[in-house]
Amino acid sequence: MRRKTVIPIVSAPPAAAPEVGLYEATKKIYPRSVQGLFARWRWAMVFLTQLVFYGMPWVEWGERQMVLFDLAARRFYIFGLVLYPQDLIYLSGLLVVSALALFLFTAVAGRLWCGYACPQTVYTEMFLWVEQRIEGNRSARIRLDAGALSVEKLGKKALKHSVWIAIALWTGFTFVGYFTPVRELGSALLQLQMGSWEVFWVFFYGFATYGNAGFMREQVCKYMCPYARFQSAMFDRDTLIVSYDPQRGEPRAPRRKTVDPRSAGLGDCIDCSLCVQVCPTGIDIREGLQYECIGCGLCVDACDSVMDKMGYAPRLIRYDTQNGMEAGWSRRQLWRRVLRPRVLVYTALLALLVAGLLASLVARTPLKVDVVRDRASLARIVEGGRLENVYRLQIMNATERTQHYRIAARGIEGLSVSPDEAIEVEPAQARWVAVRLQVPYGAAPAGSHTVHFDIREADGAAQVSEKAVFLVPR
Amino acid sequence: MSDFINNFWSSYVAVASLLSILGCVLLLWLTARKRVASDSDNTTGHVWDEDLRESNNPLPMWWVGMFVLTIVFGIGYLAVFPGLGSFKGTFDWSSRGEYEQDVAKATQALEPVYARYTPMSIEEAARDPQARAIGERLFMNSCAQCHGSDARGSKGFPNLTDADWLHGGTPDKIVESITHGRTGVMPPAAAMVGSPDDVKNVANYVLSLSGEPHDSLRAGLGKSKFTACAACHGIGGVGNAAMGAPRLNDRIWLHGYGEAAIVQIINEGKHSTMPAQDGRLTEAQIKLLASYVWGMSNPPAATP
Repeated sequence: MRRKTVIPIVSAPPAAAPEVGLYEATKKIYPRSVQGLFARWRWAMVFLTQLVFYGMPWVEWGERQMVLFDLAARRFYIFGLVLYPQDLIYLSGLLVVSALALFLFTAVAGRLWCGYACPQTVYTEMFLWVEQRIEGNRSARIRLDAGALSVEKLGKKALKHSVWIAIALWTGFTFVGYFTPVRELGSALLQLQMGSWEVFWVFFYGFATYGNAGFMREQVCKYMCPYARFQSAMFDRDTLIVSYDPQRGEPRAPRRKTVDPRSAGLGDCIDCSLCVQVCPTGIDIREGLQYECIGCGLCVDACDSVMDKMGYAPRLIRYDTQNGMEAGWSRRQLWRRVLRPRVLVYTALLALLVAGLLASLVARTPLKVDVVRDRASLARIVEGGRLENVYRLQIMNATERTQHYRIAARGIEGLSVSPDEAIEVEPAQARWVAVRLQVPYGAAPAGSHTVHFDIREADGAAQVSEKAVFLVPR
Repeated sequence: MSDFINNFWSSYVAVASLLSILGCVLLLWLTARKRVASDSDNTTGHVWDEDLRESNNPLPMWWVGMFVLTIVFGIGYLAVFPGLGSFKGTFDWSSRGEYEQDVAKATQALEPVYARYTPMSIEEAARDPQARAIGERLFMNSCAQCHGSDARGSKGFPNLTDADWLHGGTPDKIVESITHGRTGVMPPAAAMVGSPDDVKNVANYVLSLSGEPHDSLRAGLGKSKFTACAACHGIGGVGNAAMGAPRLNDRIWLHGYGEAAIVQIINEGKHSTMPAQDGRLTEAQIKLLASYVWGMSNPPAATP
C-alpha cells in the first residue's frame, strides 16, 4: 500500500501591494456637464449671487453709491445707513447670524452653501461654462489636453484664458468698487489714473479668481476649506445628504435595456459612471458620504437621466437622510423629521438674532458721542472762582444732513457748559470740540463726581447721553 | 549697537533659525522619498490597537511646491532683512530707517498743503478756517499735553487764550517761543527777601498789587522788601516779557493762587521749561501753530 502523499495547499503569495508615495500629482478633473433640476438650481444661484455682486456697486442711493465701504474715511454706507467703525457690533451680529444660518441649513440639508452659493463653486461653474463653450464637452477637453500642441489647441487655450482673465479682472474691479466709488474707479481706469493700491487689489482679487476658479477648483474645497472639515459636526442621521441607495442599486453591472434586472439578479445601478463624471470634486458617491462631497446634486441629475433612459424609477441617487435611507421613509416622513429639536433651536435662535439685529438697526440713534477727559489738566480754578474741567467731545453725525447739536450737562448743582452755542457737524462727518464744564467753587466736595453730557440735535429727535467724570481737587 | 547682550545669543538665534529651515527641508525630502504599501482600501497596512488602520491620504504635489517656495522665501528673506541674530541683512533695512523715510515722504507730500499758507501773514492765516483746522490738529498733537485741549492751560502751564503773555504775544514772539522753546527760571528768593516773616509780608504785597484779598498791614511791610523782586518783575509787579517774568499785578496766577502758593514759590523758586519744537515740526507747521495760538487770544472783533 502506497502511502498517500499529501500535497499541502499553499496559498499563493499575495501579489505585492503597489507602493505609493505620500504625495501625489493632482489628477485633473473634467466634469461632464449635466442638465436637470439641481443643475438648474445651481445656475439660478449663479445668476442671483452674481447679479447682486456685479450689480450692487452701480446702484445709486441719493447722491452716493448705495453700498460703499469707504475705508479711507472710515464710513460704511449701506442703503440709508451711515455706519462708523464704532458700529462694529452690527458686523459681529451679521457674522453670528450668518454662522447660525449656515448651521441651520447644514443641519437640514447638508452642504447647501458649498453646492450652490459658495463663491468657489459659483466662479468654478462660470469658468467651466466658458471652458465648455470653447473647448467642447468632457471627452473633447480630455482629447484636447492629451493631444499634441497644434494651432487649434493653442488658439482654444488662448481664447479660454483671455475670457477667464477678462471675467477675473472684472470681478477684481467690482470688488474694489465696493471700497472706492465704482464710477470714479471706472473713469480713473479709462484715464489710466487708478491709485496704486486700487490697481493692486484689482489684480490681486482678479488673480485669486482666475487661479481659484480656473485651476485650483475642487482642490480649494479638499485641501484649504476648513468648512469641509467640520461640517460633520453639524450632520446627524436626519440630515439630507446626497446619497446612493445601495439596497436598490446593488449589485451593479451594465446590462441591456431589455434585460429585467430582477430576474438577472441585478440592482438598478448600471455602472455607467456618469455620476462620477459629472462630479465637480471627482468622487464616486456610491462609496458613501465623503468629505469631498460638496452636496451639489449634479450626480442626482446625471443618475436620473440614466434611470429615465433605462425606464427605471428615478432617484437611485437622491437627497435623503441616513435614517430615511435605512428605513425607506417617504417624503412625508422625511419632512416630519426635519422639525427635530436641533433644527427648531437653530431656527428660534436665528429668528431671535435677526429680529434683534433689525430692531437695533431701526432704533439706532444717528448720533454718536465720545467723551474724553482732557489728558493734561485735571481741574482748574478760573476767574469768578469757578471750578473748571475740560473735555474733548467727538460728535459723530451719522446722518446725511448737516446737523446742529446742543450740548448740556447735568449731575452737579450749578453745572454750566461753555461754549454753549450749537455745534455744526457736516453730513457723515465727525468733529472734536473742547467743552468746559464749570461749577461754583464749593458746589461739590473734593473727589470725582459723575456727570452726564446730553447732546441732542437742535431740530431733531436724536439724543445721546454720555457719562463723564468731573474732578474736584482738594 | 547690538540688540544682544553678547555674540553667543546672536549666533544661537542664527543657528537655531537655519537649523529649523534645514529641518523643514530634511522632513520634506524624507517624506517625499517614503513609499507606503497601498491596499485596495487605500490603507498603508499599518495596524495597531487591533483594528486601527492608517489611511493614506496623499497630499497634492503642488502643496510640496508651496512648501519649497516657503523655504526659498524664508532663506531669501533672511538674506535681505535682519532676522539672523545681529546680521543686518543685505538691504541694511531697519524699522527706524523706514520710519524716517516715511516721515520724509509725508513731509514732502504735505508741502503743497502748506504752500497755500506761505504767502499769508500769521494774522491772515488765523482768519482762514482751513489753516485754523490744521493748526488745531497740530496743537492737539504737540501742545495740548501741557496747555490743555482748549489751550487754557492749568496750574504751571500758561493759558494761551488770554491776553497775558510771559514772553510777548506778538506773532513773531509766539513763533520764537514755539521754535526755540522757553525756559522760565525764578531763583529761590527767600534769602534776598529776609526772614520767613518778611517773605509772608512780600506775598501779601504781591496779592495787594492785583487787588486780591490780603493783609494790608503785612502788604505795607512787604512793599520795601519787594525791591529784591522788582529787578525781574518790575516796580509794582508789571512784569518783563523780555525775561519772561510774569506780571504780578493782574489776576492770573500761573503757579497757584493765594498766600501759601506765593510763599512757597518765593522760598523754592521755580524752573519751567517749554521744549523747543524746532526739528520736530517744520517751519510751515510752526507758522500755522502760531497763527492758531495767536488767533485764540486775538479773536476777531464781533461784528454787530
